[in-house]
Amino acid sequence: MPLIFTLAFRNLFHDRLSFVATIIGILFSIVLVTVQMGLYLGFGRTVTTMIDHAATDLWIVSLGTKCFEDPSMLDMSNRYRALSINGVAEVTPVVIGFADWRMPSGATTPVFVIGSDLRSGGLQPWNLVEGRIEALSSPRAVAVDRTYFDRLGVSGMDATAEIRQQLVRVAAVTDGIRSFTTTPYVFMDIDRARAHTGMASDKATYFLTRLTSGADLEHVRSQLLAYIPGIEVLTPAEFRERSRTFWLLGTGAGAALFAGALLGVIVGTVIVAQTLYSSTKEHLNEFATLRAIGSSRGYIYKVIVCQAVVSAFIGFFFAALIGAAIVQLTSTTALPIVITPGLIAGLFLLTVVMCVGSAIAAIIQVIRIDPAMVFTR
Amino acid sequence: MTGPVIEAMNVTKVLGSGPARVEALKGVSLAVNGGELTLLMGPSGSGKTTLLSILGCMLTPTEGTVHVRGHATASVGPEGLAQLRREHLGFVFQSFHLFPTLTALDNVRLALDVRGDTTKSARGRSSEALAKVGLSHKTLAFPRELSGGEQQRVAIARAIVGNPAIILADEPTAALDGDNGQAIMTILAEISKEQGRGVLVVTHDPRLLPFADRVVHIEDGRIIREERSGAKMQLSHANTVEDKLPCPNA
Repeated sequence: MPLIFTLAFRNLFHDRLSFVATIIGILFSIVLVTVQMGLYLGFGRTVTTMIDHAATDLWIVSLGTKCFEDPSMLDMSNRYRALSINGVAEVTPVVIGFADWRMPSGATTPVFVIGSDLRSGGLQPWNLVEGRIEALSSPRAVAVDRTYFDRLGVSGMDATAEIRQQLVRVAAVTDGIRSFTTTPYVFMDIDRARAHTGMASDKATYFLTRLTSGADLEHVRSQLLAYIPGIEVLTPAEFRERSRTFWLLGTGAGAALFAGALLGVIVGTVIVAQTLYSSTKEHLNEFATLRAIGSSRGYIYKVIVCQAVVSAFIGFFFAALIGAAIVQLTSTTALPIVITPGLIAGLFLLTVVMCVGSAIAAIIQVIRIDPAMVFTR
Repeated sequence: MTGPVIEAMNVTKVLGSGPARVEALKGVSLAVNGGELTLLMGPSGSGKTTLLSILGCMLTPTEGTVHVRGHATASVGPEGLAQLRREHLGFVFQSFHLFPTLTALDNVRLALDVRGDTTKSARGRSSEALAKVGLSHKTLAFPRELSGGEQQRVAIARAIVGNPAIILADEPTAALDGDNGQAIMTILAEISKEQGRGVLVVTHDPRLLPFADRVVHIEDGRIIREERSGAKMQLSHANTVEDKLPCPNA
């Protein structure tokens, strides 16, 4: 091992308590940043889960729609206008809205109703663990997620409840369709969705538009915009981005998560800087000796930066282990923490930058070293 | 004896300012010749450490000039001075200044490492330097496992491993007992005879006089007397370093 690394390692491990404090500082900092950024990514994915699972090429939405949960209305006549445009194969209306779910016990809880034409696909429940999609065509049939059984006061298939004083029956059960708002999703046929949300029969919230094979998406989009007033036409990617931007940036949720992450970075930087500074101060005599025997400043910087990088590697290793455990623990919650390879790479880079940045205070101290001090100590 | 390897001419050094202003050196001229062991003697506060710092390129003089093997130190920046130290000077300090976390071998190797010599041969040369000071059996020992005399010998090995033209030693025996002090001075005297190397030892210990080729007395920032030592110890009484070393744990 090059001597510069040996020196850096030995400096670090010489004072084990201080070293452990450094690692704990990095650990807490990076775990905090991991959680915040993981929540950010998880939130970003959760808010678009319905858009991700809708089978469509284009979304026709009311002008000014901010996100999927924004229940504005479109006139059903627009569906026929859309169908008349060359390149449009299918237009499926979707209805969404909040409603009150009355449990058999009499208690109520809000639910988020999603209604779609079950014959033409559109937006249907996925991850079915009990029942079938076709069963939702039968009267009063709804699909709920099993993670919300307690919230909805039902025990499983065939359980009953009321929405707007109308009886509903659980005819299908899904797994893992969770809402970041914690309001349970309830899937049903579009006509019942209108009835349960109080929407008129000639209205819908969205039109999912499938194109014919080979159709030019941009051309169809411009035609739709030209023929139908008061709408926007978005690709799934655009609608996803718009929803994400609204929830993460428009509501301040993303800013709060970023602020938490920034706090983690600041705390980590301060702790690492403090311990590196102390370590350098403790070894000041040795650095002065190095300078006295002719070492360049660069050599000493390398020793300090090497200490910082070694701390970063070790701190990141343990932070990654804890991060992996947290991801595992939150994987089935309403807001799972998501860690992507890009985030891991980013966090590693952040750890190294944070630790090397923390070395600046120590380096400034070394710059001021007077090598002649070795004669007086 | 060869010509001067380091030379100070009319060096004045002012430390501090205002009421704390002290003129530590007042027009000092001193040349250290190769192949000679020069003792710089003087009482505390006489300016000998300041002069050593200036000769060692750690301080720059307020007035006057210093030449290290012909290189003027005037208007040389901190990095340039570090380069001069690296290339031409070796240091031995009163309190050894070894790295406690490194072995004796690595402490010596460090002097080559800072010179950018990270080759495998650096390890071999470091071992040779330790052997030269009689510590070939302690290469893997940490400073805490060595006696004071052994630690100072490691420091000497570190000073000579880069084959510098000048060795500057600041009170190298002050922290040692008499026997170890004698052994250290014997080594330094031998070193001064190698390759025309100049050795300057700062001390106030008169027991070191027998090892000197020349003695320079400094007092109140001025060189007041310089003499050739007539009572130099006959090194032939002991033929090797090991012969003169005290018992290992002394």
